[in-house]
Amino acid sequence: MAKDLQLFPDSAAAGAAGVDANYFFIVAVSVFFAAGISLAILYFALRYKRKSEEMPKPIHGSLILELGWTVIPFLIAMVMFAGGAVVFFRSYNPPPSAMEIFIVGKQWMWKTQHPNGVREINELHVPVNRAIKLTMTTEDVIHSYYIPAFRVKKDVVPGQYSTMWFEPTKVGKYHLFCAEYCGTQHSGMIGSVYVMEEADYEAWLSGSVRGETMQQAGERLFNRLGCATCHKADNTGRGPTLVDVFGQPVKLQSGMSVLADEGYLRESILRPSAKTVAGYTVEMPTFQGQISEEGLLQVIGYIKSLSKAAQPAATPAAKPIETPKPAPTAKKGGN
Amino acid sequence: MSATLTHPTETVPAPEQPSDNYITRGKGVMSWLLTKDHKRIALLYLMSITAMSLLGGFFAALIRLELITPGGDLLSAESYNKAFTMHGVIMVFFILIPATPAVLGNFLIPIMVGARDLAFPRINLLSWYLYIAGAALALFSMISGGVDTGWTFYTPYSSTYSNSAVMTTALGAFIAGFATILTGLNFIVTVHKMRAPGMTWFRLPLFVWAHYATSLVQILGTPVIAMTLVLVALERALGFSFFNPNNGGDPILFQHLFWFYSHPAVYIMILPAMGVISELVTCFSRKKVFGYSFIAMSSVAIAVFGFVVWGHHLFVSGQSIYAGMVFSILSFMVAIPSAIKVFNWAATMYKGSISYDTPMLYAFGFFGLFLVGGLTGLICASMAIDIHIHDTYFIVAHFHYIMVGGGIMGYMGGLHYWWPKMTGRRYPELAGRLSAVFVFLGFNLTFFPQFLLGYMGMPRRYHAYPEEFQILNVMSSSGAAVLAMGYILPMIYFTWSLFKGKKAPANPYGAKGLEWEIPSPPPTENFTTTPIVTEEAYAYASEDEETHEVKHV
Repeated sequence: MAKDLQLFPDSAAAGAAGVDANYFFIVAVSVFFAAGISLAILYFALRYKRKSEEMPKPIHGSLILELGWTVIPFLIAMVMFAGGAVVFFRSYNPPPSAMEIFIVGKQWMWKTQHPNGVREINELHVPVNRAIKLTMTTEDVIHSYYIPAFRVKKDVVPGQYSTMWFEPTKVGKYHLFCAEYCGTQHSGMIGSVYVMEEADYEAWLSGSVRGETMQQAGERLFNRLGCATCHKADNTGRGPTLVDVFGQPVKLQSGMSVLADEGYLRESILRPSAKTVAGYTVEMPTFQGQISEEGLLQVIGYIKSLSKAAQPAATPAAKPIETPKPAPTAKKGGN
Repeated sequence: MSATLTHPTETVPAPEQPSDNYITRGKGVMSWLLTKDHKRIALLYLMSITAMSLLGGFFAALIRLELITPGGDLLSAESYNKAFTMHGVIMVFFILIPATPAVLGNFLIPIMVGARDLAFPRINLLSWYLYIAGAALALFSMISGGVDTGWTFYTPYSSTYSNSAVMTTALGAFIAGFATILTGLNFIVTVHKMRAPGMTWFRLPLFVWAHYATSLVQILGTPVIAMTLVLVALERALGFSFFNPNNGGDPILFQHLFWFYSHPAVYIMILPAMGVISELVTCFSRKKVFGYSFIAMSSVAIAVFGFVVWGHHLFVSGQSIYAGMVFSILSFMVAIPSAIKVFNWAATMYKGSISYDTPMLYAFGFFGLFLVGGLTGLICASMAIDIHIHDTYFIVAHFHYIMVGGGIMGYMGGLHYWWPKMTGRRYPELAGRLSAVFVFLGFNLTFFPQFLLGYMGMPRRYHAYPEEFQILNVMSSSGAAVLAMGYILPMIYFTWSLFKGKKAPANPYGAKGLEWEIPSPPPTENFTTTPIVTEEAYAYASEDEETHEVKHV
């Protein structure tokens, strides 16, 4: 990547081609129109250059022309909208088989947690040709996780989980930037994403220092913080059981129902009174300030593991299990 | 500034040159500081905005110097962050938003509608004092340590984490906002109530229509940013938690409130400039404008649509995908009225009688830059692409093309065009044309490379950056030097022209419009007798070929 003049970014993920196609389409249409109008203005400026003081004949306008240059650009703009919306829509929801990785941003670093316990700072190692889903939050201000070569970016907002996903298609090392201004060392909140062949990825995983898995760490926290006292597996405790809760709808005291996803669990741990489960009173204290963002992700990971429905997605790449490819998009082979 | 005539001027007959005018009547500093004359207030604005632009330009220079090398070597990260914040705050709140309305609008709207002043002359003066108070606070916060939040003041960084002068800066923007609101109010009432006999709505110059639309945005949008800044202040000072998630607040709420104003604010910057361009194109083509009502109504359409596109700043913030869809489609639609204007301007030139005076060169420059800015806006409106380019230099390039390339090109073109009217003096034509060319070339060299940088992924507000971005950054910085020359040159020759410039006749371009029927500079009361308007705007040639006659020049 030396200092050569590079004018276009690497393209290393399945969704990048769709984004670039939209880009080139709009650029092409724009160049066509800009050239047309500029040439018309230039031609008029030269052709009708003032030669005498005689006043030119007035022209009032033309309804046909006005309608034409209102409707035609409108239709073209709608085509552009549709193109962008389709690609965006497709890139919005991760496939269920996506491998999960967890990111916590803080001023000014990116902390990465893999479900199997491997941790990284300002780096992200992923295998090629597998859908990867990032679940992200931040300990302080808003950051934004940006990998230009994948054409993906998502703001990481305090107090909630943001997710994004991508499927790398080209082995290599790529930039990771924080795109949302986050304070003094904003431009230092950068790192690298390494896309590796499956075998290399396995070697990297086994070579790295690995503590307990996120699920194990979560279980330990679950017991240490006393959650297990009330949230008993057999549902005899003072709080509702957490077995088979994740991914299921939960009936609330208010009569409403809510999907038990990461965001709901997070809120219930930090502000138990926000959404009370039907049939229970709020006796649980808030855990705000008593558990780190990473700890929260671990506890949620553990709760997730108690749910049979959520099992497959939580399994990391310990052994490369056969994952169905998410979309029949054309993939360039690794390397 | 003595413009009293002691001898008759060359070609123009004497009746137009009275013994005194708005500049000579009333001497001394107090006669200026307590003036209620819209023309004098316009000049006060002109001086203060020019002073602020030197400051904003200074910070721009610091930014471009720092970015010549990939490492952070000229400034510390902290100083760099403060430099781009002050650059943004000064340029947006104290130059781009007020420039055209407060200087040209203030001077011309009463005259163009045939009135002696704005509806509320005292409130007009109050606007200027509010502007000065806001600017003074912004300067004070700069001296007292500076502010490092970016001009966008995003929470929770601004409300909880930043240790810089957020409060005073926000208060400065808050106060300056009221100057904007009052100016908008003044314009709306003036246009409604003070039009001369015969000056029907559809005889108004398009400059007035554009300002009318702008004023609507100003009075409806600006209070929202004022409230938002108050919320940030309450949170910082008293520990409220509107935006603090730890206490149940929502940091994204701030972004909705902020952009609900700040996106329409872009139209506050560009609409008046579009109004100027309509005047320039008709005058220097000597043609009635093509599609008058379409240009007028497209201004109103832009003002209305402008209020419902703010969500396109939040495509990656976690806003619902369906909200994103709606904002995306509306953002594509707001491009249409702008396109209508450009087509009509081009059609106005068809079979015209076109001259290349300095203001027209600025108008040509406006076309080029606004086309690029507007069309790249389509790229930003596309959801899939915006995910990639959001918060990169692509966005930086795009909004500079619109706000500076469009907004300031229009302002400079208008300033040249009406300079003889405002001061009674001509600027040197060759220097004027040179400045237009410098600005156009310098601008493109500065900002075009930033599109490429942005698509490659260089994030904005980066003090240091990876090496592969250097060549384009060096191009951009060298362009900025050319651009600076283009802006400094007019400051020199405008000042020079005040003392040595040729005296200007009442209508140096043979232009239509009430402002050209009164002396240059105009008398304090604008019109000695109330004008009665009997023709359409831009009636350069009478309907009947035979009866037209050439006046002046």
